[in-house]
Amino acid sequence: MTSERHSLEMKRIVKQFGSVLANDHVDFDCKPGEVHALLGENGAGKSTIMCMLSGVYRPTSGEIRIHGREVKIRSPKEAAKLGIGMVFQNFRLVQTLTAAENIVLGEKSSFWRGPGWMKRKQEEIAAIAEHFGLTFPVNRPIWQLSVGEQQRVEIVKTLYRGAEFIILDEPTSVLTPGEAEQLFQTLEQMKKEGKTVILTTHKMKEVMSVADRISVMRKGRMIHTIDKQDTNEKELAKLMVGKEVDAMQREIQPPISEQGRVLLDVSHLDVQGDHGRLALNDLSLQVRAGEIVGVAGVAGNGQKELAEVLNGLIPWKRGSIVFNGREFKNASVRGAIEAGISHVPENRMKSGLAGSLGAVDNLLFKTYRTEERSKFGFLRSRANREWSKSLVEQFDVKTPGLDAPVRQLSGGNQQKLLFAREVNRQPLLMVAVHPTQGLDVGATDGVHRLLTGIRNEGKGVLLISEDLDEVMQLSDRILIIYGGRIVGEMSHEKADRETIGMYMAGIQETKEEAV
Amino acid sequence: MDFITQLLVAALSSGTPLLFATLGGILIERSGIIQLGAEGLMLMGAVVAAITFIHTGSLGLTLLAVVAIGAALGWVHSFLTVTLRTNQIVSGLAMTLFGTGLSAYIGKSITGIPIPRAVPKVNLDFLDGVPVLGPLFAHLDLLTWISFALVIAAHLFIHRTSWGLHLRALGDNPPTADVMGIPVQLFRYGCVIAGSMLIGLAGADMLLVYSPTWIEGMTAGRGWIAVALIIFARWNPLRAMFCAYFFGMMDTIGFKIQLIGSAIPSYFLKMIPYIVTILVLMYLGYRNRNKPSGSPEALGTPYIREQRF
Amino acid sequence: MTEPTSTASGAIALDGETAARTRKRFPFRLEIDPSRKESPWWMTIVSVVLALLACAIFFAANGKNPWAVYEKMWTGAFTTSFGITETLVKAIPLLLCGLGVSIAYRISVWNIGAEGQFAAGAIAAAAVTIYFPHLPLYATIPLMLVFAIAAGGIWGALTALPKTYFQVNELITSLMLNYVALLLLDYLVFGPWKDPKGFNFPGTPMFTASQSLPVLGDTRLHLGLIFALIAVALYAFVIRFTRWGYELRLIGANPEAARNAGIHIKRHILIVMIMSGALAGVAGMSEVSGVTHRLMDGISPGYGYTAIIVAWIAKLHPVGLVISSVLFGGLIVGGYSVQTMGLPSSISNMLQGAILFFLIAGNMISKFRLSRNG
Repeated sequence: MTSERHSLEMKRIVKQFGSVLANDHVDFDCKPGEVHALLGENGAGKSTIMCMLSGVYRPTSGEIRIHGREVKIRSPKEAAKLGIGMVFQNFRLVQTLTAAENIVLGEKSSFWRGPGWMKRKQEEIAAIAEHFGLTFPVNRPIWQLSVGEQQRVEIVKTLYRGAEFIILDEPTSVLTPGEAEQLFQTLEQMKKEGKTVILTTHKMKEVMSVADRISVMRKGRMIHTIDKQDTNEKELAKLMVGKEVDAMQREIQPPISEQGRVLLDVSHLDVQGDHGRLALNDLSLQVRAGEIVGVAGVAGNGQKELAEVLNGLIPWKRGSIVFNGREFKNASVRGAIEAGISHVPENRMKSGLAGSLGAVDNLLFKTYRTEERSKFGFLRSRANREWSKSLVEQFDVKTPGLDAPVRQLSGGNQQKLLFAREVNRQPLLMVAVHPTQGLDVGATDGVHRLLTGIRNEGKGVLLISEDLDEVMQLSDRILIIYGGRIVGEMSHEKADRETIGMYMAGIQETKEEAV
Repeated sequence: MDFITQLLVAALSSGTPLLFATLGGILIERSGIIQLGAEGLMLMGAVVAAITFIHTGSLGLTLLAVVAIGAALGWVHSFLTVTLRTNQIVSGLAMTLFGTGLSAYIGKSITGIPIPRAVPKVNLDFLDGVPVLGPLFAHLDLLTWISFALVIAAHLFIHRTSWGLHLRALGDNPPTADVMGIPVQLFRYGCVIAGSMLIGLAGADMLLVYSPTWIEGMTAGRGWIAVALIIFARWNPLRAMFCAYFFGMMDTIGFKIQLIGSAIPSYFLKMIPYIVTILVLMYLGYRNRNKPSGSPEALGTPYIREQRF
Repeated sequence: MTEPTSTASGAIALDGETAARTRKRFPFRLEIDPSRKESPWWMTIVSVVLALLACAIFFAANGKNPWAVYEKMWTGAFTTSFGITETLVKAIPLLLCGLGVSIAYRISVWNIGAEGQFAAGAIAAAAVTIYFPHLPLYATIPLMLVFAIAAGGIWGALTALPKTYFQVNELITSLMLNYVALLLLDYLVFGPWKDPKGFNFPGTPMFTASQSLPVLGDTRLHLGLIFALIAVALYAFVIRFTRWGYELRLIGANPEAARNAGIHIKRHILIVMIMSGALAGVAGMSEVSGVTHRLMDGISPGYGYTAIIVAWIAKLHPVGLVISSVLFGGLIVGGYSVQTMGLPSSISNMLQGAILFFLIAGNMISKFRLSRNG
């Protein structure tokens, strides 16, 4: 390990958040002109270490060297000066500004910017974008661009600022397989120019197809760094999860469900979205009792609206929703709850739980109106406490106390609490949106077991997820959503990534029945 | 002068303090901070202007003192909201209460003393005799011309300069602005302080030009109307100009109606600007029900860099 | 493996300016400690003391001895039996208005219109004496209460309806309505309701004994105190033990989650604003019927605004509301008692604003901790 070979070195990096040790003496290095993949599960500490490299966080201890010299990166601005550019998973773009404005944002140059100045910059940006094969409309506001285009803006932003080290945090999680392929070609081009690309991901396939070297992280520790040709997927998977991968191939093989009765029948549904377009456009789907229906798709194709309309949160313009034999007349959350639909929302702390309240209050959310929980408008406080206690034990929620604010709980325990509430209601249908987002392997496994459990009890599950692997693994039937409508459908057995990818990209428009 | 021209002239003079306050408010809110202390700031600006002018007789010193007190109170607000991240609404309310009380306290000795004309007029004699334009622009005072200049300057600043671009990014998405190397906290300090200076000037303009006698609570809710004007103007300085004059007109229309002899008691005529404010906000709410309001996305949220999600 | 000997000199100087600035920085910095959620109780006292110290500067600058001013305020408000009952008399409207705004703040509705709702209640109570002058006590007082609750409630609803149906910011609406209510009050007492035998004094005729709230002994302490205490007890009970109170807590904690739980937030905003206005209306009624015994110009020395601080200092807690309203009642009485020293009573406004500044700052500072820079 000499300083000439490694353009960037991080040594014994420790990062502590309160009582949580996010990075525990992590070593990491890169060479010029390589694609270095940082592999690990959610919560393994990959993003944290990259955030320290890009100046978002400061390490608690440890040192960072660039071309052999020790540097202190105190802010993203200093990182940019050192040639480090990061593309975050949640894009750092100002929605109301144009792509070009976003790229020149923060640039130190002329104070006065007439129309001529902006025009020159736009041309400059377009030239860079072209060179690396990244195209997007330069002077449109960001909110009008697709997610893929926004990512390209982010990448051009780092290139425009002359970044030598380009960090991509989970870049493919928002892309269709086709767009991802295009991105990988761009990475090749960058490599040729001598740039260093660091890629954090938890997807094995990507790692094997683009990376030159691979570093594996687990639970805040750096496990191993290895050249691609010296390893294989199986070994990597083992390093990543810390046990034999075969154990991970879950025994939750979905049994062939007997054709249950139709629980949910949505037909020709139109829902108004933001900015005047239709978020759901003539969407039809069915969920039967005893099956998990997975909805796969790239983010922003109507998944959010689909979940909201089913739970009575937003009204629809056209079409019908028939649940358990009865048609919904208007959007009513209470109506959906009482009909027996339960909802695991996309962002549990935003819309699923009240962070400042305790476990009891959070468990009461949907049942406080029932006879058992309240009488004549008064809460049955003591009974509710007992009931909460039993639920917390039954679902193994680790909490410092029933009254401790739930925001103090770990993500996994929050999700368990939420599931405790939703499952305890004995719903007929569960609408789960990204139920495993941000959970570690164990918690993810627990959620998957719960979902299959619900299915095996003869109830329906509509699983809306951007994680294609999750959808393919759990679903009895897979629907692909694109542009607010279901464009493809296939059974668990016949599902293959290629075809789903084509549908997700909107390439295969015709609806073919593969069941 | 016919009635309409009279009304326009009056709208211009009573709208100018509103315009200063609205411009200041726009600058502050564009940076993502809510400033509800406008009422207190205007009162402080007015009382400081009155005291300094009575004691020194110098317009320059008066404006300097007003700008200084605006900056000092603006610093307090920004320290509380930017550095300490307190609730911006409560900090603004505290500013209004404190400004109202303090201005009454230090203005006790000068209450009711008429202030001699302080602000020179800019005479454009060639406009005399030109209908409408003549009575409107021929003999305006210096502060009104400064307010015109400020509108244009604010517009160009926001849309044509690098700092303006920073400001737009800052109000919508502070984490991005930070990652792009814009000093978020510093910018917010700057905007709050500069904006508070302008709101202080609004109070001074009100006292020196519009109603030249200090009376406790003399702004009578104009600070709050300015807060509403920010929303009417959709955070845009050019629109702020028209909105401010419209409200200036509403402010004086009651008085004018009384002059031409009407049976409506003056108390009801004085309600016009307040009621119109609510009605206009309701109309805007109705018209923009499916549209973004143009409000900076991050308005009211403190920015904390090291956050664990 | 060659490593530079000195880490400090090995650091890349980014550019002259930045490097110089960062080197000069303090070795410690403040950051928010996520484990601390509530500020300690003594922080409130420290904040109030600091606010008093800050205002002392203004008194000193004006040639007054701050210590003498505060001593006079203290003795005026809390040492004599007259002072104490006067303080409690002022605490009644503060407690009722403070309670009103607290309910609204619980669900993040920023009602700053208690002043106008108070005036509306006072006007409605006076209307009873104008239009039903000869009813007996047991009919007048309940009628006054009903009128005041209705008027305050309507004034509250006028703030809530634009908010729920037209997304109008309630801060602006409620404040604008304050001015409207006060102008309406002025119109009535200077115009149609003016006492014909009152030597042109802007006020209604004095209330008769049967239109006045009963008082305790020969003090000015009136039945309104009982209204206020009952209201506080009800508030405490409702929030903790009822379904409706649970819904309010949920909306306050996370409105988006409350929506997901099927709670109609708009309906709650409307109900809460009506209740908030009604409580301030009762305060107005008890003030005209219990203290001034007539509707008159300048009936409130800013109770509605002080109530905001009362609510905030109490952190919306029922017991805290009782304590803080007594404290601020004392502040108002103290403000009157220093008038003999040639100070305007508006210094109590100044003190209130300063206390609020220091209070919110203190609350936040106690969430910070020092940590090493690096």
